[in-house]
Amino acid sequence: MKNSVPVSTVERPAIRVSDVTKRYRRIAQSHRFLTLKSAFVGGNLFKLLRPDEVFTALDGVSLEVGHGETFGVIGANGAGKSTLMKIVAGTTKPTDGCVALDGKISALIELGAGFHPEISGRENVYINGIMLGLSRREIEERFEDIVAFAELEEFIDTPVKNYSSGMYMRLGFSVAIHVDPDILVIDEVLAVGDEAFVHKCLDKIGEFKRRGKTILLVTHGMETVRQLCDRAAWINHGAVAALGDPVRVVDQYLDWVAKQEESEIMRAERDRIAAAATGDGTPADVTEIPRQTDASVDAPYESGRWGSGEVQIDEARFLDADNTAGHVFSTGDEMTIELVYRAMKSVKDFVFGIGIFNANGVSCYGTNTDIERYRPAELVGSGTIRIRIPAINLVAGTYYLDVAVHRRDGNPYDYHRGLYSFRLNSEIGDVGVARLPHAWEFDDGVRWDVLGGIDRRAAVSDNDG
Amino acid sequence: MWHATRRLWQHRVLVYTLVVRELKARYRGSMLGFLWSFINPLMLLGVYTFVFTYVLIPMRGEGTDPFALYLFCGLLPWTWFSGALAEAANSLLTGGSLIKKIIFPAEVLPMVSVLSNGVNFLLGLPVYLAFWIIFKPQSVSLHVLWLPAVFLVQMLFTLAFALFLSALTVHYRDVRDLLGNILTLWFFGSPVIYPLSLAEQNDPGGWAPLVLQLNPMTHIIEGYHAAIFAGEMIHWRRLGLTAVLSGVLFIAAYSFFDRLRDSFTEEI
Repeated sequence: MKNSVPVSTVERPAIRVSDVTKRYRRIAQSHRFLTLKSAFVGGNLFKLLRPDEVFTALDGVSLEVGHGETFGVIGANGAGKSTLMKIVAGTTKPTDGCVALDGKISALIELGAGFHPEISGRENVYINGIMLGLSRREIEERFEDIVAFAELEEFIDTPVKNYSSGMYMRLGFSVAIHVDPDILVIDEVLAVGDEAFVHKCLDKIGEFKRRGKTILLVTHGMETVRQLCDRAAWINHGAVAALGDPVRVVDQYLDWVAKQEESEIMRAERDRIAAAATGDGTPADVTEIPRQTDASVDAPYESGRWGSGEVQIDEARFLDADNTAGHVFSTGDEMTIELVYRAMKSVKDFVFGIGIFNANGVSCYGTNTDIERYRPAELVGSGTIRIRIPAINLVAGTYYLDVAVHRRDGNPYDYHRGLYSFRLNSEIGDVGVARLPHAWEFDDGVRWDVLGGIDRRAAVSDNDG
Repeated sequence: MWHATRRLWQHRVLVYTLVVRELKARYRGSMLGFLWSFINPLMLLGVYTFVFTYVLIPMRGEGTDPFALYLFCGLLPWTWFSGALAEAANSLLTGGSLIKKIIFPAEVLPMVSVLSNGVNFLLGLPVYLAFWIIFKPQSVSLHVLWLPAVFLVQMLFTLAFALFLSALTVHYRDVRDLLGNILTLWFFGSPVIYPLSLAEQNDPGGWAPLVLQLNPMTHIIEGYHAAIFAGEMIHWRRLGLTAVLSGVLFIAAYSFFDRLRDSFTEEI
C-alpha cells in the first residue's frame, strides 16, 4: 500500500500534499573528491554528484488539511514527520509530488532562526519579522504585542547573546506567531519550553483555532493531539499509516508502540534466558549460596540462573486479564505470573517465590510461599503455578522478575535472576515505586474546572466506547 | 540575469536589513567601530609603504608618486574584493539555520557579504578622497565621475564569484582553505602594489603582462587608479570588456547556484 487517499469534504484545502516523496542522498567524501577532479577535468558536476546511499524519508504521502482545521501529525522518531513539515513549510523541496497551500504560512520549526547574537532583541525582531515575510510597517504595528507576549520589555535593547535560552525562544515564538498566518505549522517546538511558556503557547494556538486558522501540528504529546486536533495522521516509515479521528489515530499509534515495545522486551528476554542457560538447559551448579540480597539502589542488576536442579522452572510468563501472554501492561491492569515447573524427583522441601525489581534494581515487591505460611508436603511431576495480581499498582517503567524454587533454608533448586521483564505504561505521571490506591476528597471551598484523578481516564474512555 | 536582478529587487528589504545587521554586528563592542574599515587597509598600507620606501625602492614604477596614495588606491577596492569573497564562501554555512529552518532565498547570503563589504569600502572612500585632494591636488579632475562605473563593474564581478564560491563551498569545504591562498596569489597578480606599466616594462611581450591583462581585476584596479589617483580618462574599452565578462560570469554563476540550490538544505 503506497498511500492512503484521504477523503476530503473541503472544496479547496488550506494544505494539499499530493503524493509527496522525499529521498535524501548521501554522497561519500571520497566520491566527492573524485567528482571534483573529474568535474574540473571536463565532466559535469551535476551529473557526477551521484549519491552513494539513498534514504527515503517520505514515500508517496498525500494529505489534505481543510481551512480552519487543526491537524495533528504523530509518529515515532525518524518516521518522516519533520521532513513532511519542512516540505509543507517550503524549506525543503520534495523529490516527487507537490504541495499546494491556500493562504499565508508561518512555520514554527525553529524558533529564533536567524537571530544575530550581537545585536539587540529589538533589531532582531525587525530582521526576523522581515525574514518571515512581514513589512517594516507591519512589524512596527505589532512590535509592542510581540515584546509583551515574549515578556521581554526590560531586555528588548539587550543583545540577544545575553538572553537565556528561554528568553530567546519566547522572542522567536512571539515573532513567528505575530506574523498572523492563515496556516501555522508547528513542529515540536512545544517540547522545549518551560511549563508556563508551553501553556502560553497552547493558549495562543487555541486562539488561532478559534479564529478559524489552519494549524498543522507535529507533536509527541498524545494528549495535545486528542484535545486540540480535529483530525490526525500517523506517519510511519515515511507513509501515512492512519488518518482521521485523532482519538482513533492516537490509539492505533499507541497500539503499534506497545507492540514494538513488546517485541523489543521479548527479544531482550530471550537473549538473557539464552545467556543464563547452560548447554543442556539445566541450571548451573551452585558454587556459592545466593544470599537473599536486599537489592540496594544502583546495584548493578545482573541476570543469571543457578541452582541444584532437582526442581526446575522451565518458563515464566506474564498473562493479562484474558490470559494472553504479553510484556506490556498498564498500571492498574490485572496481571498473572505463570511459572511452569518440573520436578526431576519427588521433593518434600520446597518454596516458590517471586521478586519484582525496577530498572534501578530496587526491590518493589517480593514474596514466596514460605513467607505466606504454605507448608510444603510434596512436589512431583510437572505443572504450572500462577500468581494472580488483580491490579499491578506500580508506577510506569520497566520491571524485572526474579523467580525461584528453593529449599526452606534458602538453597536453590532453580533460581532465575532478572531473566524476565515487563513494561508498565501509565498515562498519569505519578511517581515513586507503587501507586497506592487513593481518592481525593475536597471541601466545598475547593472547586475545579475539570475533575481529575487516576480513575478519570478510564471513565472517559468508557464513555467514548 | 534579469531573473536574478528581479529576485534581488524583490528581496531588497531583506538584503538591506541583513547588510545593516552585518555592519552593526561587525563592529559591535569595538571602540573604533566602522573606522576599522579604514584603519585595516591603512595598516596594510603602512606595511607596504615601509617595504617600498626603505627596502624595495627601485621596484616602484613610474607615475606612482606619492606612493602611499597610489598603494591605497588599489588596496581599498582589493580589501573589498578579498573580504567579500572570504565571507561569501562561508556565507551559506554560517547562515545555514536560515536556509534550513525558514523559507529563505539562499542567494541573499553571498550577496549580503559582497554588499556589506562594499559599504565598508564606500565608508573608507571619502577619507581616501580627502587625502587625494590634499596630497595630489593637481590630478583632481572630472574623471572622478567614472568612479561609480568602476564600482559597479567590481560589484558585478565580485557577486559572480561570491555566488559561485558559496555554492561550491557547501559541497566542498576545502574551498575555504584554498581560497586564502588563491586570493594571495591573485593579489600579487593584480597591479595593486605596482603599476601595470612596470610589468610591461620589465618583460615586454612576455607572459607576465599577458596574465595581468587577462586578469579582470587588473582593469578594475586600473580603473580606480585612473579615476581617483591619476585623474585620467579610464580605459573604457578594457573596463567595458571586463563589465561584459562580469555579466557573463554572473549569469553562469547564478545558474550554477540555482542548480545546486536544492541540495543546500541537505548538505549544510
